[in-house]
Amino acid sequence: MTIIDTIRTALGALAANKLRSSLTMLGIIIGVSAVITLMAVGQGSQKGVTERIRGLGSNLLFIRPGQSQASNAEAAVYGGQSLTLVDEDAYAINDPERFPYVEGVAPQIDFEGRLIAGGENTTTTIIGTTPDYQYVRDFYVAKGQFLSDDDITRKGLVAVLGHRVAQTLFGDTDPVGKSVRLAVGPGGMIVFNFRVIGVMEPKGATATGDEDDLMFIPLPTMQARIPILRNPQGLSNVFQISVKVSDRDDFEQAEREIGALLLERHNVSEPDFEILTQTDVANLQAAETEISQTLWAAMAAIAGISLAVGGIGIMNIMLVSVTERTREIGIRKAIGATRGDILMQFLVEALMVTMAGGAIGVILGVTLSTLADGRTILEQSVRADVSAVAVILAFSVSAVIGLFFGIYPAFNASRLNPIEALHHE
Amino acid sequence: MVKLTDITKVYHAGDVPVPALRGINLEIGEGEFLAIMGPSGSGKSTLLNILGCLDKSTTGRYDLDGLEVSAFDEDHLAVIRNRKIGFVFQSFNLLRRLPAIEQVELPLLYRRVNDRRRLALQALGDLGLADRVAHRPTQLSGGEQQRVAIARCLVTNPSLVLADEPTGALDTATGHDIMHIFQRLNAERGITIVLVTHEREIAAYAHRVVHLQDGQIVSDEQNSSPGRSPGSDGGSEGSTA
Repeated sequence: MTIIDTIRTALGALAANKLRSSLTMLGIIIGVSAVITLMAVGQGSQKGVTERIRGLGSNLLFIRPGQSQASNAEAAVYGGQSLTLVDEDAYAINDPERFPYVEGVAPQIDFEGRLIAGGENTTTTIIGTTPDYQYVRDFYVAKGQFLSDDDITRKGLVAVLGHRVAQTLFGDTDPVGKSVRLAVGPGGMIVFNFRVIGVMEPKGATATGDEDDLMFIPLPTMQARIPILRNPQGLSNVFQISVKVSDRDDFEQAEREIGALLLERHNVSEPDFEILTQTDVANLQAAETEISQTLWAAMAAIAGISLAVGGIGIMNIMLVSVTERTREIGIRKAIGATRGDILMQFLVEALMVTMAGGAIGVILGVTLSTLADGRTILEQSVRADVSAVAVILAFSVSAVIGLFFGIYPAFNASRLNPIEALHHE
Repeated sequence: MVKLTDITKVYHAGDVPVPALRGINLEIGEGEFLAIMGPSGSGKSTLLNILGCLDKSTTGRYDLDGLEVSAFDEDHLAVIRNRKIGFVFQSFNLLRRLPAIEQVELPLLYRRVNDRRRLALQALGDLGLADRVAHRPTQLSGGEQQRVAIARCLVTNPSLVLADEPTGALDTATGHDIMHIFQRLNAERGITIVLVTHEREIAAYAHRVVHLQDGQIVSDEQNSSPGRSPGSDGGSEGSTA
């Protein structure tokens, strides 16, 4: 019998038992779609991490406050964040004479505030920083302009909106020139009016958060106007200083020399700050993605189990089918089917069930991955990236399962004695 | 054309050997119409299975068309069944799912013949089933089912047609219709037919009748007036089911 006739015969047999055939496929469908989805999520989160690191800008060092002798009361006020860095530290690092490899320095203070404009309002991250921020973080204004040196000296009440914040507050109208009210403090009792001077380009999430959901204001404005951010010494602490270095090879030297400067300025022997490279930030990210690795393992288990159960189900159904069709096998043998013909007939049936299940599973898996991509599921933002390799792999696995679990029933069928088979009722 | 030499067949019921055939010697010439008769347990089904290459003898030699098929392995026998032998069974043995045309195509499928649709249509037409090609077995009468089975057996142009109680599941009139078909095939196309039956009336259509008892041939007679059933008024040519 030719392979085309074998396939047609198998199709006929499967069509004669539609419900049974589709139920048999179910395990394979679930298994294959799980394989596709989990590989997509695995690849997507990897890609997401890489993109976020890259999204930070290039050749960056981050200086953050470290351990200090801060009192418990102080820790309570500032949510446990040690306050050891001040903006003066940043200005001292921005010294081309002493650190020729430093290309830009941007100190920043972040806090949560409520923005009101017209009838709309939103809670967002307010970042006080300096004009260098654009260049250092490789993140530019799209409309209007960014904070200028003049805004810094004047301590101007000007603001640059993140892409999403602008859309939330102003919709399609151009926010540049309009004013927003910023409410801070307990119950939002302190209110300032800021004039919008620019809107940032859309950027999406990076390793430090969602960069479309924020508002920039001049750092000195924040220090001067918002007293709750001052520490007991009356100084405004900064939460992070980003330093752009001209070359990756300078990282080690920069870390050492900037560290020495800060020790000297803070008049301490042990660092009360930490210097992180992008790689360090990546490692922190990796720790975060460990949660999704648990999820990944759970899905891999589901996929594996359902593929195995699906395969056993197929074997079971095929064995039943061979018994039911003993007489048919006898007739076929009597009119000249060889053992190979019968073996192929049942093997192709098993293969077609698993491969059809595999194909449906692929479609389902790709659909699920596409739906899940970019959404937040169980408080984790999910990235999914379906690769051709995953599709081919999952499909091949379903074919291999068909072969593996189909061969034994098919072999049984081929070995039936034609006379006994003909008299089977 | 068929030559059986000292054929024996022994089955094993547990440890006890049960002889079914004890030294059969039989020659069947081309174009013969032979009936094998005998009580149940006489070995006639076993003999037919061996003739049909469905089973192998324990000892002895079987030559078919000059081939020593008793020496062939299982797959080789399947090819012989496909090329040289046609079966007609008491219970028709059609596949439940398939329409008549595909039943008849089936042996050609295993033989990888290309214009099998045309050959199958022709075989069905020869048996007066041209208007039944798309019918499934459940939509056909017993006589029609048996005619589909005969078409399936003839479509490969077999050297030897083996019919095992072909009228056993049919009423008397339809049974005689089927026997007339065999008679016609034998007379007009010279097809060699071996028929197993326990009915004297049916055996009367054959030219030669072999009687078996306890696995041995006890008589081998020529039938002087084939087609005439002893107790009846003839073949009733015109009767239909």
